[in-house]
Amino acid sequence: MSPSERSAEIDPRNSGETDRRGWPAIQDYAIIGDCRSAALVSRDGSIDWLCWPRFDSAAIFSALLDRERGGYWRISPVAPKTITRNYVKDSNVLETHFAGRSGKAVLTDVMASAPYTSRRLGLLPDHDIIRRVICIAGDVEFEIEFVPRGDYGRIGVSVREIGKLGLRFVMGKGAYWLRSNMPLTVSGGGARGRVVLRANETLRFSLSYSEEAPAVLSPLDASLDARIGHVTAAWQQWGRHANYDGAYRDSVIRSALALKLLTYAPSGAIVAAPTTSLPEDVGANLNWDYRYCWLRDASFTIRALLELDYWDEAEDFLDWMLQATRLTQPKLRILYTIYGEKAPAERELEHLSGYRESRPVRIGNAARDQLQLDVHGEVIDAAAQFAFHGGNLDRDMQQILIGFGNYVVKNWDQPDEGIWEPRSGRENHTHSRLLCWTAMDRLVRLSERGLLRGAPVDVYKQQSDLIRRQIETRAWNERLQSYVSVLDGDELDSSLLLLSWYGFEQASSARMRGTYRNLRQYLGTPDGLLYRYRKEKREGAFAICCFWEAEYLALGGGSLDEAQQVFARLMKYANELGLYGEEIDPNSGAALGNFPQAFTHVGLIGAALSIREREKGEQQLAHRPPTATPHSSSEVRS
Amino acid sequence: MNWTSWLLSGFVATLALSTLLATSHGLGLTRMNLPYLIGTFVTPEREKARVYGFMIHLVNGWAFSILYALIFEARHIANWWFGALLGLAHALFVLTVVMSLMPGIHPRMASEQHGPNANRQLEPPGFMALHYGIQTPVSVVLSHVVFGVILGSLYQLAT
Repeated sequence: MSPSERSAEIDPRNSGETDRRGWPAIQDYAIIGDCRSAALVSRDGSIDWLCWPRFDSAAIFSALLDRERGGYWRISPVAPKTITRNYVKDSNVLETHFAGRSGKAVLTDVMASAPYTSRRLGLLPDHDIIRRVICIAGDVEFEIEFVPRGDYGRIGVSVREIGKLGLRFVMGKGAYWLRSNMPLTVSGGGARGRVVLRANETLRFSLSYSEEAPAVLSPLDASLDARIGHVTAAWQQWGRHANYDGAYRDSVIRSALALKLLTYAPSGAIVAAPTTSLPEDVGANLNWDYRYCWLRDASFTIRALLELDYWDEAEDFLDWMLQATRLTQPKLRILYTIYGEKAPAERELEHLSGYRESRPVRIGNAARDQLQLDVHGEVIDAAAQFAFHGGNLDRDMQQILIGFGNYVVKNWDQPDEGIWEPRSGRENHTHSRLLCWTAMDRLVRLSERGLLRGAPVDVYKQQSDLIRRQIETRAWNERLQSYVSVLDGDELDSSLLLLSWYGFEQASSARMRGTYRNLRQYLGTPDGLLYRYRKEKREGAFAICCFWEAEYLALGGGSLDEAQQVFARLMKYANELGLYGEEIDPNSGAALGNFPQAFTHVGLIGAALSIREREKGEQQLAHRPPTATPHSSSEVRS
Repeated sequence: MNWTSWLLSGFVATLALSTLLATSHGLGLTRMNLPYLIGTFVTPEREKARVYGFMIHLVNGWAFSILYALIFEARHIANWWFGALLGLAHALFVLTVVMSLMPGIHPRMASEQHGPNANRQLEPPGFMALHYGIQTPVSVVLSHVVFGVILGSLYQLAT
């Protein structure tokens, strides 16, 4: 039974968001991962998205983008009445609770993220999804469908039963092994089975992938339960390390855990999202591949990691930014693959229907060739935050930063595509100028504090003044009493809120308050959300911009109470697991765009931190005086 | 053939065999990582297994080169094509006999009859090592033929 057929039989979702053709709502997905790749699991226990061995590999399950042709792996009761989900506290281990007329069962899903050292020191699969079902009361009949499809659903697979080793198929450079402690019937390029579980009975499954033989196969005995326990404990140890004691601790830890899931541990890169082509406008063509790393998120991400005391991750991310971009330095692309390569050219997968007919499905990203002059400022600000708070910038890093600074000196006055990556041409974006100013300002401050040697400080000061003057004159619209998106323009976009975040303007200044009033008026929704900019194309409110608003208020643009109210309102738009997409449908509150979105979760953490700092009367990390306190290590690595 | 020549030719031939197998792995012709397969006889630690496996394979190559030398002496033939024939026979022996015996002799290898358990979790090679990739027999045969060609040629030069 394909995903579209089964929707007619069961309606197990509390959210009631499944449409007639079996499409779950975007926010009805959960994520599991191992810091190398990730899978999306629907409310009815179907893994509808999986790319192995890395985030940007071709999908083996892609029912997320095509209910007929995309593969999936479903483990769900035949007739559930209610379904609830949660992550095991402070972990990325997913539990789906099924309740039917005759019994209850719990499905546990985990992508076994054994730390690299454990993998190196013992026999553990390279990549492994463990799924376990325990019947906790009565009896529950389960149906299992395992339907892999190679290359985003384009290629059928030949599944073979290999004795008691399990089922095997080969796709690309690797072999997949599915093991289970219940019999599965191989048919139609997949495997299926039904079983009635009675109280305390357990089903165990392991799907592993390896490009090296001999592969390691997981036993399906109690040792598998022990692995789930170890993985849970490792996640909890990591999650509970977070240095945050405010009122939003659960949301902050969930966001940190989501961010960690989107980290590619071998390189330190962080992908924007694990998916491609989940639409910003359902049924339309605003569908992009986000399985790459955008430098524009650098400053926010480093700030979030540093303040939560995840220094190892911050250091790895900074190293990745400075080392992986070597081939193009001092120029920077706006996005890279997890290993710092140029992202693939954009192409369309015409064989896929797209999520709820949102065509085309794209892989690769054409924004790779765009010019965004903000990225140098992002990377320099990230490095500056790192250095101001105890991190070491070695001589090599310093030279790289000076190279970036000199590039900004030569190019800051150019038009570019800007932060929102429109495909309509280049303009003189205020946000890009702001980040060029930030680049100059931070390099000067680093030099003044003796953390950067050999920089042409006088040149940077002079350029910083020039950029400031240009922003203050040409990005300020006297008629509107507001900063505007492009020089000499009269439109606004939400990135203007960041003028205070980067320290260009006090959040409480008359100019920022005027800008904020205009933003609310022109880009606000009746429910208090914010669009990123005004445009003809339909899209949702931009989630991170909403968190920027909360943070702007916390930084002094409003009262603490106002900041808390905005933040509390935004909490309601998370799914029940605490996950956010890129955008929020202002009418239904549904998530839109790729899911979950690192940028949004970074925004949540940033806003929560700034609110906490306001409560404590502290300054934002980026604007605090330097500290010599050596950092601690977050220990748990993957 | 003196000891030094034997050591050198055995080393060169084994190195060539290892290189060809590693290249086959890198090119995606086979998933088999021979040093890892051999090294896990003595340790479950992945990184160490690769190093130990390489060293064991080197010693093994030397040992087999003695056997090749004895056959060259016994048959009074030592040239590249006879070496290639011996390499072919060697490869077929490895693929059919050694690989099928592997689950029984490898302390960490599972079998199709019993499946994996806490002590035995490695995927067995299957007939002709086909579990490790459909082109695995080709790369094994090719690398062993080259092994034999090098030994036959060097033995001919040394005598």
